[in-house]
Amino acid sequence: MAEQQHILHPDFWVDKHSDYLFNFAIARVNNYDLAKDLVQETFFAGLKSAKNFEGKASERTWLVSILKRKIIDYYRKINSTKGQAEVKMNFYEDGENEGSWIEERVPQSWDNATEKSIENDELKQQLDYCISKLPEKYAMVFTMKTIQEFETEDICKELDITSSNLWVMIHRARTQLRKCMEDNWFKK
Amino acid sequence: MAHKFFINCDEATTICDKSQYKEASIFEIFQLKLHFLFCKVCALYSKQNNFLSKIYKSKATSCKKQSVCISSKEKEEIKKQLEQLKSEVS
Repeated sequence: MAEQQHILHPDFWVDKHSDYLFNFAIARVNNYDLAKDLVQETFFAGLKSAKNFEGKASERTWLVSILKRKIIDYYRKINSTKGQAEVKMNFYEDGENEGSWIEERVPQSWDNATEKSIENDELKQQLDYCISKLPEKYAMVFTMKTIQEFETEDICKELDITSSNLWVMIHRARTQLRKCMEDNWFKK
Repeated sequence: MAHKFFINCDEATTICDKSQYKEASIFEIFQLKLHFLFCKVCALYSKQNNFLSKIYKSKATSCKKQSVCISSKEKEEIKKQLEQLKSEVS
């Protein structure tokens, strides 16, 4: 049996695929406008390279593969951007105290960390604020792993990073988030 | 980090973060527990970390429920730009 040849129908792309691609993008970049731009760029790039489409994959699969490249390009860009918000270190990086807590960042005990407070909407807003304060690449990796609950292996593959790289970023994101939540919520 | 019993706070909290996703190895958990015997700060970090994980989990659950869409107005705009690009390409 001959394999089914897929054909591209650019006129229907926006109606058929934009919501799917948008949700795919926003799960990874966590920003409405940026996700929208990436989807738009995907369509543009798709149109420009439509003549290279071989019809082996479905139209959607092909568009997703373009979007994935756009996302990794974006990740590389934020990974290399100079002067971005630097992550605040929680531990001494060298000297005899290397790896020990920096005094003013030592965890303090929390009085209001009760099970009841977990569902509090204001607490969630505070969390969103603290995530937004993270350097972008840490926010991206943290969100993919923790909020979108992607597998470590999948994130590493998609962003082309090693798992130890991923855990360092998760660690920095979580220690910084802890401090931010403590300063703004738990010590009140 | 492997093959040593005593680790510093940076390493201990890294393992603690990893264990929040159940992805720390048995040896790493052992290193972490051993570290807690000497370090009350990291033990407190771990306790708070468990609590924060519950908040993150709750956020993850509420996020999964909502699927976001591009508004039809924005879709029309993308369509227009695509049309324009198409005439330029061809």
